Amino acid sequence: MGRRDRIAEPWGRRTPYGRGASWPVRVDAALEDGIRGEDVERWVPSASILHSNGDALDIAVAGGRIVGVRGRGEDRVNHGRLDPKDLFAWRANASPDRLRAPLVRREGRLVETDWDTAMDEIVRTSRQVLDRHGPGGMGFYTSGQLFLEEYYTQAVIGRGAIGTNHVDGNTRLCTATAAQALKESFGSDGQPGSYGDIDHADVIALYGHNMAETQTVLWSRILDRLAGPEPPRILCVDPRRTPVSEAATVHLAPLPGTNLALMNGILHELITRDLVDRDYVDAHTVGFAELADRVRDYPAEEAGRISGVDPGDIREAAQLVASADRLLSTVLEGFYQSNQATAAAVQVNNVHLVLGMLGRPGAGVLQMNGQPTAQNTRECGANGDLPGFRNWSNEAHVAELAELWNVDVMHIPHYAPPTHAMQMIRYAEQGSLRFLWVTATNPAVSLPELRRIRSVLGDDRLFLVVQDLFRTETAELADVVLPAATWGEKTGTFTNSDRTVHLSEKAVDPPGAARSDLDIFLDYARRMDFRDADGNPLPNWHDPESAFEAWKRCSAGRPCDYTGITYERLRTEGGIQWPCTSDRPEGTERLYTEGGFWAAPDVCEDYGKDLLTGAPLEPTEYRAMNPSGKAVLKAAGYVPPHESPTAELPFVLITGRTLYQFHTRTKTGRAAQLNDAAPEVWAELSRGDAERLGAAEGDLLELINPRGRLRARLRITGIRDGTVFLPFHYGYWDQDADDGRAANELTVTDWDPASKQPIFKTAAVAVRRVAAGEGTPAPAPTTTASAPVTGGVPPTRGGPAAEVDESPDPGEDAGHHRGNGA
Amino acid sequence: MKLALALRELHRSERNLAVCLLHVAQRHRADAGVSHLAGDLARWSRQHVAELVTVGGRYGLRMRAEPTYGSQQVARFWRAAGDRFGNRPEMGLLLLADLRKVHRKAAGVSVVWELLAQGAQAAEDGELLDLARRCHPQSLRQMRWANARLKELSPQILVS
Repeated sequence: MGRRDRIAEPWGRRTPYGRGASWPVRVDAALEDGIRGEDVERWVPSASILHSNGDALDIAVAGGRIVGVRGRGEDRVNHGRLDPKDLFAWRANASPDRLRAPLVRREGRLVETDWDTAMDEIVRTSRQVLDRHGPGGMGFYTSGQLFLEEYYTQAVIGRGAIGTNHVDGNTRLCTATAAQALKESFGSDGQPGSYGDIDHADVIALYGHNMAETQTVLWSRILDRLAGPEPPRILCVDPRRTPVSEAATVHLAPLPGTNLALMNGILHELITRDLVDRDYVDAHTVGFAELADRVRDYPAEEAGRISGVDPGDIREAAQLVASADRLLSTVLEGFYQSNQATAAAVQVNNVHLVLGMLGRPGAGVLQMNGQPTAQNTRECGANGDLPGFRNWSNEAHVAELAELWNVDVMHIPHYAPPTHAMQMIRYAEQGSLRFLWVTATNPAVSLPELRRIRSVLGDDRLFLVVQDLFRTETAELADVVLPAATWGEKTGTFTNSDRTVHLSEKAVDPPGAARSDLDIFLDYARRMDFRDADGNPLPNWHDPESAFEAWKRCSAGRPCDYTGITYERLRTEGGIQWPCTSDRPEGTERLYTEGGFWAAPDVCEDYGKDLLTGAPLEPTEYRAMNPSGKAVLKAAGYVPPHESPTAELPFVLITGRTLYQFHTRTKTGRAAQLNDAAPEVWAELSRGDAERLGAAEGDLLELINPRGRLRARLRITGIRDGTVFLPFHYGYWDQDADDGRAANELTVTDWDPASKQPIFKTAAVAVRRVAAGEGTPAPAPTTTASAPVTGGVPPTRGGPAAEVDESPDPGEDAGHHRGNGA
Repeated sequence: MKLALALRELHRSERNLAVCLLHVAQRHRADAGVSHLAGDLARWSRQHVAELVTVGGRYGLRMRAEPTYGSQQVARFWRAAGDRFGNRPEMGLLLLADLRKVHRKAAGVSVVWELLAQGAQAAEDGELLDLARRCHPQSLRQMRWANARLKELSPQILVS
């Protein structure tokens, strides 16, 4: 067993393997100082909660406390490996500043109270708002970090019991475009590919996806392929130099906001050079003529002119993907949070469709998620979708829900697409939405244009409920704050980016009076006395497992069919991929294996949208376009971003994540190993731009535009010229100031017309140097995309506190790894 | 030939639609879901106008490509008004009225493109027909956008 500093080496030791071979097991384990394996009383099965990879792990419990974690070697997702965030952030569960009692606002201040007082206030206000404004006065803004059972309960309460159309999640910020791109191309949400495709691909293309930081374990799998025989070739599309681009055969660094032009350029090459799989296109798709017509305007020179990429590199990228025997593509926020997000992500699907690269080992698309349970928010209908991937525009689908919930079909809003988060904020701003319940997310730091967001959330007209672990920046604006249990303190299931469902069991009690989110929602429903048409309680379940069983009935016959999964199976077998039915009890590794899609008019989740205007297609239009349910090749022309650099604001701002922090740092900021690796906001510029500003590593910069300003130390990196990068994690809970630190002070209120995902990667800013660093480097990791290109910066290290066990031989302590704990 | 009449009418109504969209974009700047798209869609109409000016030359028409009289000043006025009053509840009803206007104007434009396409076929003017085939779908998309926004926003504005 080796020990390794996993802050210094986030991906751990290499375990090389060849194409088609099985990824070797490497079990990572981190225990509290002074605790040894034999001190652990129980190993409780769970999965990772600080990214979307869904790495299976066991939680170590001793003396009623969480004392560590260990990867599960036999799980299909991670083969034992864990991300540094999972290895260290469990410590945040026991932070002394966890919320232990509900808070209510009295004379302007939040004061502690009991559950009855807090819930009575929420119920009283709900009734008032329903009386005066109807269901449209009520909104729910949830998360990508709760459990499936909680989302489904929220969806039933919001859409079925209250009858509001305003239920969305912060998944809107991370994964809405993944869902929309899948719906546009394949008729329904549902990840086509599998993580196992990494084992078989000979070309892997990563579009706007710095996998090395966002899914470290998945990246380890690629690193192990790269270190083995027959390594895959990598295409990277990213305006920054990242660990992915360093490993790439071809790296395209487009000007932010021009992804669609670049993708059209690649498709132009594939089509004009006749590299298309005509048989696949003819048999399984519609829309090829329109696609060919549209991309005709984007020869490599034109695509290169728009995107600032060498036309030769575009041709080389096209050649690379076309040369693949098995092509795997992944897409993430570099596309999803940028101009023309859906249109660009759809072109990645189109590359696979025109090449016939779907449904075989190694030939797949992964439209990735950002958060651990984002997939469940989508499938359960707690974001802008109806439960079970049902189509709001298909009367029969809504009738199924009405029957399932035993409510009048008119009571379930379906007169328009479910309201997205930014529109809910707009309704609150105008005063027609008066009640907003925020669960497990922190919009006062994570939404764009924070000055505006603070003013909306802090408005006296809006009754704001915040349910969280800590007094977040959003909680500080709330009327009622509810203390919630978190991962390890409650039981439920969640599903990762490749449809793998895990059960996460309760290991310890939550602190103080904190309760699970599910219990809080069910308590609210009882106090509101929600009833179905026969006067029975709605929802009619009482604990996680009964909620899961109810969800299974809702999922039956839909693409995300869970009917073959039980808690008991998840306990004994580990992760299972949906759809899982009695016909397919082992689950389904890859979708669309026979070129069949869930795109038939009566089946599909969405009739699609105009990618430029966002106008939904009418059912009759879709029926005429795609009567037999083939995949849709959807095309779009390039439209420039709504905010472009000017003489006064010459830089394009892009925001993003770092490996060591998650979301607004509510947990990772409270784990010393992680926080010390990236303790403070920084700004990245290219060497040339830094020279033009006369600025050096560590100098204090000020970034300004009409929406706000912030100060950050400079890190000079391999980012493209004219672009400045800020990590978005840093807010105000751990410092006195309440302005000038969060990247979203500067971002623009704008969203993709189709997916409604906010655009965090095209704001214009001015940058000036305000003070010398005097030898202090930027507080940015050196191990990641923020690696310095100048010398003299000490490398990021975790030291002894960050040392983690890596078991090279899974057999050495056999029987120890299977944790059926609880 | 009366085709020139249709061209002139189309030029007039496309210019008019462009200005209308531009004003909507400014007036509803606080409503990002409307403002940005209205700006994008105004660009389509401006392109149509420019192309009509070129084609019109062949039919002896001398038409202006620029936006109409004073439209920039009016846009500035609406921008200031939008910034000042954009968050008032009454703006919701004004938005519905504006979207209805966009829908009506885009529908009008669309019908004239239809007429022009028919005329171009009868006149065997391939270039004009090609222009109509490229531009007409965009008019329809402008119309569908306004309709979609109306469908989405009206329940909240009318009931809550």
